[in-house]
Amino acid sequence: MDFNDTAQDAEYRAKARGWLEENAAEYRSPPASPWKLDEFIRRSKAWQKAKYEAGYAGITWPKAMGGQGLSPMHSIIYGQEESRFHAPSGLFSIGLGMCIPTVFTHGSPEVIQRYVAKALVGEEVWCQLFSEPAAGSDLAGIRTKAVKDGDDWVIDGQKVWTSFAHASDFGIVVCRTDPGVPKHKGLSMFIVDMKAPGVEVRGIKQMSGGSDFNEVFFTGVRIADTHRLGAVGDGWKVALTTLMHERLAVGGKPRHAPGYQTLMTLAKGVDAPNGQPAIEASDVRQRIAASYIADEGIKLTQMRALSALSRGQMPGPEQSIAKVVVAKTMQDMSAFALDLAGSDGFMTGGADPELEKLQGSYLWSAGLRIAGGTDEILRNIIAERVLGLPGDLRPDKDKPFNAAA
Amino acid sequence: MNFDFSDDAKALGEQAQKLLAERGGPAKARLAMGQNEEGGAPDFDAGLWAEVAGLGWTAARVPEAHGGLGMSAEESAMLAEAAGEHLACVPLVSTLLATEALLLAGTAEQQARWFPGIASGEVIAVPAWNEPGIASPLGVAVRVEGGRISGVKAPVADLAGAQLAIVAAAGADGPSLWIVEVSNARVEAVETLDLVRRHGRLVMDGTPAEPLGTAADYLAWLDRAAVILAFEAMGTARAAMTMTVEYAKTRVAFGQTIGRYQGVKHKCADMYIKLELARAHALHGLALLEAGGAELTQAASAARVASLEALTFTVEETVQLHGGIGFTWESDCQFYYRRGRTLTAALGARGFWADRLVRALELRNRAAA
Repeated sequence: MDFNDTAQDAEYRAKARGWLEENAAEYRSPPASPWKLDEFIRRSKAWQKAKYEAGYAGITWPKAMGGQGLSPMHSIIYGQEESRFHAPSGLFSIGLGMCIPTVFTHGSPEVIQRYVAKALVGEEVWCQLFSEPAAGSDLAGIRTKAVKDGDDWVIDGQKVWTSFAHASDFGIVVCRTDPGVPKHKGLSMFIVDMKAPGVEVRGIKQMSGGSDFNEVFFTGVRIADTHRLGAVGDGWKVALTTLMHERLAVGGKPRHAPGYQTLMTLAKGVDAPNGQPAIEASDVRQRIAASYIADEGIKLTQMRALSALSRGQMPGPEQSIAKVVVAKTMQDMSAFALDLAGSDGFMTGGADPELEKLQGSYLWSAGLRIAGGTDEILRNIIAERVLGLPGDLRPDKDKPFNAAA
Repeated sequence: MNFDFSDDAKALGEQAQKLLAERGGPAKARLAMGQNEEGGAPDFDAGLWAEVAGLGWTAARVPEAHGGLGMSAEESAMLAEAAGEHLACVPLVSTLLATEALLLAGTAEQQARWFPGIASGEVIAVPAWNEPGIASPLGVAVRVEGGRISGVKAPVADLAGAQLAIVAAAGADGPSLWIVEVSNARVEAVETLDLVRRHGRLVMDGTPAEPLGTAADYLAWLDRAAVILAFEAMGTARAAMTMTVEYAKTRVAFGQTIGRYQGVKHKCADMYIKLELARAHALHGLALLEAGGAELTQAASAARVASLEALTFTVEETVQLHGGIGFTWESDCQFYYRRGRTLTAALGARGFWADRLVRALELRNRAAA
């Protein structure tokens, strides 16, 4: 066992670090106040362009797609180094992480030619239009329909939980093209122009108060058949390509989320119910330990994946535990910390930024347990794909979509 | 980066899995339980022990100069995991733990005296750290005066049949390590919740004892032991999980196999989640044990807490998911359920190690400040 980078990995890391030191200097600290949307987009595009020019965009993509043709290990090393800064890379994470790989896996040469390079260089922003009000965990239950009309398809319906739809130029949208066959079989995937007539984006205000997602309404939106990804009826298979990338992308603990250290700091400053300093109370110490075990355990589990990748092997199935552990731990830890703080943990707008972070984390974690696969769906996946238990009974699975209850 | 076992360790692990699957498992545990009940039972499966020693498992960690194979702690971890998985009725893990103490603190003479016998399997060595009435491994009442040791250690796993005990005795800076030849003390059987693995009481009354290590050595030994015991606990947890998953695939209720119900499958998923979290920390602990890293206490404590968390949850839900049959004497569930207590009682429960973990984090934070 050996925790150190191999010589080549170390060299790549040093190079990336050197480049970041020079080019990301202004992002060493988080912005003093949050950027307005316009500025966020402008900065994001400039940052993506800089990365592209330096060879840090599309690290694992094939060279033919404008990428670097390097291993996942290189991408992870660069990501680790970039995460030491607060550079604005979120705007492109979905487009480049999920949408464009789907485009270059399933698109025609013309489509690839038109879209891939412009996305990679940061000129055009993409979003992913999958979830619907009646199709969350049961994604194949989507109702947005696409009807063939000459050389076009006409799209009507509603998508939801679409990150960055309001900042996007294009999106990939999965639609029902045949309601007369079972639900997984009647779907097709398209590229949609988010500025086309009939596309309306509305922000969703979350229970946490923020607005990180949108609803997107499609009314008679026309898409040329050349902008279909994969065969008619193959939309589910195409969507799986995209989602495979999502599970990897949302696995880790949010970078600046509070962790066991937050709990330790807080517990030093407050008293336990019996009057002793909270940090000395046995139950508090057990909760700190539990928080450490979850936070560090996931980090170490990801190191196991890295270790496999660095030797050219596939990571093991244990990577599937990450999101389900991270989200619930964040919620439990935040609640316990706010408990400790007593009524101070309840009042908002206070002077203590650490408590404010915990309050934010408590609210956000409720959403994190749902986003990108609920706790329940992820447990199904572990039970069925890792442990080999049989799938749930799905009474609608083989019935035509328009005949199922 | 390499966060994986060496090829040598993997090969030994495979060998151990194969032999112990054949020669261990719940059926052998039931046999041992029956013999223990009737009285006059053998101390352990002597035939299997001879094979284990013949294959060089007890020699794995012993330096080559003393007739051993000079292998790393990865081999001990693999052996402990296999022993835990198959409930092996041999004093293998005890001997591996005692070997760590001799490696860590033994003088050249002490190593030359004991290692060849351990390597050949003739000497069974056991750690004796628990004392009646004291829950913390740091609370030690046994005393040494003028090279003579007095007090009681219990429960001591695998004591019957052992020649050598590594004993913790109180000292000025905390418990320190002593070597006691079991034949010089009195050994009594103690009954525990584990009806398979036998435990004893080591009664010392002015018994000759030889100093082995300082208080610092004792703490370092605890950390090493926590890592190896984490692998044993993960082995037992995995066996219980596997048995439960197989049952859930075949047991039918309301017209379908119970593994289809989320109430059942989500508990199985939680077993897996807890087990893999424990494994991440146990691997971390093992890597630091080998590299001599300063953060071993932190990693070992986390490995111990996480492995006991996984084991306790898994054995409890193993009975639950088997339903009524799982609560019968005839079911194999009880072996895992009871072994959960054995491995918890072996070296400080979760609360002790959670505290040790947080203490290590506090020291680290203070050093960084």
